[in-house]
Amino acid sequence: MGELVLEKLGKNFGNVVAVKDVDLTVHDQEFVVLLGPSGCGKSTTLRLIAGLEEVTAGDIFMDGRRLNDVLPRDRDIAMVFQNYALYPHKTVFANMGFALKLRRVPKDQIVKRVKEVANILGIDDLMERFPKELSGGQRQRVALGRAIVRNPRAFLFDEPLSNLDAMLRVQMRVELLKLHNQLNATSVYVTHDQIEAMTMGDRIVVMLDAVIQQVGTPMEVYKKPINQFVAGFIGSPSMNFAPAKVGSADGKLSLEGQGFKAFVSSGCANGLGSYVGRDVTFGVRPEDLELGGDAGMDNTFEAKIELVEPVGSDIFLELDVSGTPLTARVNANLSFSEGEKITFTVNPNRVHAFDVDTGIAIL
Amino acid sequence: MAGIAEPREITEQTKELRQAPAEDHFPPLGPLARRLERPEVLGYLMVAPALLLLIVLLGYPFIQAVWLTMLDKRVGVEGNFIGLGNYIDLWSDQVYRWTVMNTMIFTAVSVVCKVVFGLTGALILNQAFRMKNFFRGFILLPWIIPSVLSALVWLWMYDDTFGVISRTLIAFGLIEEKILWLSQWGIALTSIIIVNVWRTMPFFIVSLLAALQTVPKDQYEAAEIDGANLLSQFWNVTLPNIKHVLIIVTLFGTIWTMSDFNIIFVLTSGGPANSTHVFSTLAYQYALGAGKLGEGIAVSFTMFPLLFVIIFYRLYRMRRDPT
Ligand SMILES: Nc1ncnc2c1ncn2[C@@H]1O[C@H](COP(=O)(O)OP(=O)(O)O)[C@@H](O)[C@H]1O
Ligand SMILES: [Mg+2]
Repeated sequence: MGELVLEKLGKNFGNVVAVKDVDLTVHDQEFVVLLGPSGCGKSTTLRLIAGLEEVTAGDIFMDGRRLNDVLPRDRDIAMVFQNYALYPHKTVFANMGFALKLRRVPKDQIVKRVKEVANILGIDDLMERFPKELSGGQRQRVALGRAIVRNPRAFLFDEPLSNLDAMLRVQMRVELLKLHNQLNATSVYVTHDQIEAMTMGDRIVVMLDAVIQQVGTPMEVYKKPINQFVAGFIGSPSMNFAPAKVGSADGKLSLEGQGFKAFVSSGCANGLGSYVGRDVTFGVRPEDLELGGDAGMDNTFEAKIELVEPVGSDIFLELDVSGTPLTARVNANLSFSEGEKITFTVNPNRVHAFDVDTGIAIL
Repeated sequence: MAGIAEPREITEQTKELRQAPAEDHFPPLGPLARRLERPEVLGYLMVAPALLLLIVLLGYPFIQAVWLTMLDKRVGVEGNFIGLGNYIDLWSDQVYRWTVMNTMIFTAVSVVCKVVFGLTGALILNQAFRMKNFFRGFILLPWIIPSVLSALVWLWMYDDTFGVISRTLIAFGLIEEKILWLSQWGIALTSIIIVNVWRTMPFFIVSLLAALQTVPKDQYEAAEIDGANLLSQFWNVTLPNIKHVLIIVTLFGTIWTMSDFNIIFVLTSGGPANSTHVFSTLAYQYALGAGKLGEGIAVSFTMFPLLFVIIFYRLYRMRRDPT
């Protein structure tokens, strides 16, 4: 049990609008990730759900019950904080058992439950330690354990991995996922790391400036970004953007910019017709620039390599296409040299276009 | 114009310095310098001046005082060595015995009140409310005013004839007759304790307030989500986080209260009939009132074992604490 519904949720701090008109349903057992740049209102949304902030507008429902005026302790929601917020004066065991102790669960049951959870998390031998005697990863586990022990209706995570080093972060990410598959609890997970969001979320909620931009599965958000912000925020390296004009020839629509001309496959072109002759923002992902093709063919253009950035599995190429800078992502087995001229082909099915003024995706 | 380098030379010099490996910057250490580099040598050397000053200003008078307690010295007369005679006299001295009890009661009640009220005040001032900075400053007043002055004001407020406290209480119909605040042991000691608490509470409030402000907010939030109400938040988050400051403040409070002199001296001078003496006022009375220097100092010396026990117990507890 644990269906969480946010309706027109809003929060102001004085003049600062931290969260605005957030509508979201987190289904039972779903893992939803709130993704957005720093300051976009992710934490505030989470804290509203937890009851740590008072709602300015809108409603929060958990399994149909309105939570707005319910105290945090009566919401049956657990939260994992960014810096763990463990009780420094309590042992690991006492930290994990605290919530149960407050609920007057008999001591032997607390011991049993804490042991059970400690076992899952692999921290059974740390029970008598104090938080300051633990490493970052161990503290993280204790913080998780403290939440799991309660068996709440929903889990809230506020950037729980951001204080860990890169290796540990990847490792904990996998563990968290496994854990979620095991517990199947409704979870809302806040992060500014799009890799975390893509790999962990059943659905991703992309936020910017207090407002939800897009809600969708990782693939939806990646393939069909709703606007230029989402397109640029998701994916690494970021999507290429360049000014372009919409042209029409032989019933085929094209995007033409400085040094490139990309026809759009007719199947995806629906919205673009009304933009013929107007300026739009052309967008293409670095991985959708395919190496090769004969110059002069449709969608193929010549580029000069400005910079070669090998990242191991791939090579990122910074290109200069007659003045338009583009980034391409190519196979690491090939070799390139700076200043070299090569040709690229744009996949007509993978071209994006955005309204210049609103940033809304046209295709 | 020798000595003034051209700008160009300076840049070349710095360039050279930057390129040179680090060890070349420093000449090798001589034997004396190398000895000084050792922490155990340098450390003692650095505390030496302070230590010397302490020995001269505290150690010497202390030993002198110990010596005096073993003489039957009176003002203006050479004393004879009488060993522990002064202490033995005190042991059978009714006034002294009564004073020991007074000091205990006075200190214990005062310190407990200060801790309780101080913590309460700090908790209140730690809330967000209008003009809180004004109140935070205002609360310091009793602590800033020289204690002799404020004790004199209190003396006047306690006055049998003109005292504003009795008059106010009568005006509100709370009492029928004037209370003689300083004329009877029990009431007098209470009156003294009130003034002492009033005077030192700001120190408790301000110190504890500072401690409260260092308690991480997310611990409260975690506790709130875990299901803690305000009381259990206090026990499980606030108190453990301010424990060390609380202990230190209590420790200092105990020492200061036990050795307080001004307030009692101004209010009762140990009266009526020597019933409200504490160590310091009795020591004063014996040494400077009656001129029995040795016995007077012996009175203050009997305070030491008590203070030592308290301090060491507290520090021992603190060091054992794993957090
Ligand atoms: N307690 C607060 N008082 C005032 N402004 C706040 C407070 N908490 C957050 N904000 C503001 O609300 C906005 C959203 O903050 P937050 O939810 O923490 O962002 P995020 O977690 O996405 O980085 C920011 O502009 C932040 O400055
Ligand atoms: Mg945040």
